[in-house]
Amino acid sequence: MVLSGAEIVIRCLQEEKVEYVFGYPGGAVLFLYDALFQQDKVRHVLVRHEQAAVHAADGFARSTEKVGVAMVTSGPGATNAVTGIATAYCDSIPMVIISGQVPVAAIGQDAFQEVDTVGITRPCVKHNFLVRDVRDIAATMKKAFHLARTGRPGPVLVDIPKDVSMQRCEYEYPKEVSMRSYNPVTKGHSGQIKKAVQLLLEAKRPMIYTGGGVVLSNAAEQLTKLTRLLGYPITNTLMGLGGYPSTDRQFLGMPGMHGTFEANMAMHYSDVLLAVGARFDDRVIGNPAHFAEEPRKIIHVDIDPSSISKRVRVDTPIVGDVKEVLDEMIRQIESGEARPNPEALASWWKQIEQWRERKCMVYKNSDEIIKPQFVIQKLWEVTGGDAIITSDVGQHQMWAAQYYGFDKPRRWLNSGGLGTMGVGMPYAMGAKLANPDMQVACVTGEASIQMNIQELSTCKQFRLPIKICNLNNRYLGMVRQWQELFHGGRYSESYMDSLPDFAKLAEAYGHVGIRVDRPGDVEGALREAFTTHKDELVFLDFQIDQTENVYPMVQGGKGLTEMILSAEDL
Amino acid sequence: MRHVISLLIENESGALSRVSGLFSARGYNIESLTVAPTEDFSMSRMTIVTTGSDEIIEQITKQLNKLVEVVKVVDISEAAHLERELMLVKVRATGKDREEIKRTADIFRARIIDVTDASYVVELTGNQGKLDAFIGAIDPALILETVRSGVCGVGRGDRVLKV
Repeated sequence: MVLSGAEIVIRCLQEEKVEYVFGYPGGAVLFLYDALFQQDKVRHVLVRHEQAAVHAADGFARSTEKVGVAMVTSGPGATNAVTGIATAYCDSIPMVIISGQVPVAAIGQDAFQEVDTVGITRPCVKHNFLVRDVRDIAATMKKAFHLARTGRPGPVLVDIPKDVSMQRCEYEYPKEVSMRSYNPVTKGHSGQIKKAVQLLLEAKRPMIYTGGGVVLSNAAEQLTKLTRLLGYPITNTLMGLGGYPSTDRQFLGMPGMHGTFEANMAMHYSDVLLAVGARFDDRVIGNPAHFAEEPRKIIHVDIDPSSISKRVRVDTPIVGDVKEVLDEMIRQIESGEARPNPEALASWWKQIEQWRERKCMVYKNSDEIIKPQFVIQKLWEVTGGDAIITSDVGQHQMWAAQYYGFDKPRRWLNSGGLGTMGVGMPYAMGAKLANPDMQVACVTGEASIQMNIQELSTCKQFRLPIKICNLNNRYLGMVRQWQELFHGGRYSESYMDSLPDFAKLAEAYGHVGIRVDRPGDVEGALREAFTTHKDELVFLDFQIDQTENVYPMVQGGKGLTEMILSAEDL
Repeated sequence: MRHVISLLIENESGALSRVSGLFSARGYNIESLTVAPTEDFSMSRMTIVTTGSDEIIEQITKQLNKLVEVVKVVDISEAAHLERELMLVKVRATGKDREEIKRTADIFRARIIDVTDASYVVELTGNQGKLDAFIGAIDPALILETVRSGVCGVGRGDRVLKV
């Protein structure tokens, strides 16, 4: 069948069972939008800024196992999308971004709305393509989806010149992809797994440390089974929260800069550390030299060989898909005789319980002023601990991660790697479209939310009843915290004056706005948002304690055992 | 430590910038980089001379392998291998220098491939050390320009880099 390039693109999206495309039209994608208009299988969500289109597609992908799809025009459309693409890249989120380009003959002529999109996005995509011939569109789209979702997932950009989207050719969607240069390993080396299992079973002070790879690989079930089988302590990184039920006794909380005392101590003093789909990020292990001072054997399971032995030396590397490797570990343990040493494990747990006794997550609540931690705890109660929570970046992000106990994967969406302010609302939009029957809340701050506040309009148009919990402290809170602790209290440009009345602003967009000033009103407001206004977007503007800081804390450059547990440690 | 990394990469536009972009983005050194299509025109072979600790070289090979268009990567300097580089040197050749340069070129088994009444172009192939030695043997005042191709390398004997 002969179709135009634009029709082929949309056909390919249909073949890939894409339900939603998040995007914004423009000159170079007019044919694509025309083709979208003439069908009803793929639905389009019109955002108000291209950055939000990519974030929303990213949030859609994070909350499901599906590939997120965004569509933007050439030039500024593509450059606006870059932050979104880089955000997805840093967290290995499967996405396909389709960008329009000026006609082939105009490329390189400094044409109107021309940028070198493939060049600009090259360092922040898994791969990208410029399609110069209409006959290559179908195969390229097939490759793009294949690359995005296999191996270590990531965003793939397909740049399509306007004339290519207009030209016609015979269409057939390829059934298979074969790329001699791309064959990711999924099955872990069985000899290495055997060695790892032996190390694990002989451990005296074992620790399991897992990251976003467990979520991406849909391996939470396997991880939970393995952890319970062994009876070992476990920690999930910021990206890995929900990989193991946080309400379980074996869970020690999050590790790292704002992790718990017990998780960091157990990471540091373990003799065998099993790292799964995690990458020993600087926010997780602090100073790598300090981390290396304590001798321990490290087993590292990751789909990406380049993540292994990048920041710490690994003793037993296992390259493979986390789910397959964990399955094999469970199989080997169950079919073998060896079991963990009960005496050693008991004394290790005794030590861990002593660390836990420090109760590092306790904060001083107040009857006078709203504490942010209290809001998150109430949010957990009101949503039954089973909502999809998105966040922006800063103090509120850490409080949400620390105090909303995630028991399931794909419930916690945040920008862990790039740390992009402004992702919260678009993530919630994508998550709500993907999971219409679930409660979706965006925990944000008055600074982050303003980075994509225009999306309140999109939420109205597409009737997305998300709940925005704005922890409003009138400061760029995390910046202010660092300035307080490390810059002599010189609050350089971290105070925000002239904030809008967020409740009224939400109302102006046609939503419900509620301002909450007193701790006693927090729960009531939340209940109102999730029940009375269940089907509406509610903007909850919580006026919180301006001086509250995120603790515990490992300062940049310090080691995991050198924590500040509260302001009293200063 | 100096390493010579050979790789096969899809012969597509932008492939070179993916490799060079990787090196600049991650702060790795490139001493030289050469690239040209192989006997199979759909694929190019690249030779990169780089320096770094064992950890860095390990990361470089892993990161190169991660590039979607890279088919194969080998650190050929890990075992017996050959390196060759081509150099063209244009020298001022007048008076008694003409004879002297000719003699030096002969000693290095270089060839003079262009002659005017005031200059020679000398072509020399060898490993980097030999080329450096030739430059060192010529009076710097006589050198008008030098062009070096960068290193090409291949493993000895059975070591073959092929798909």
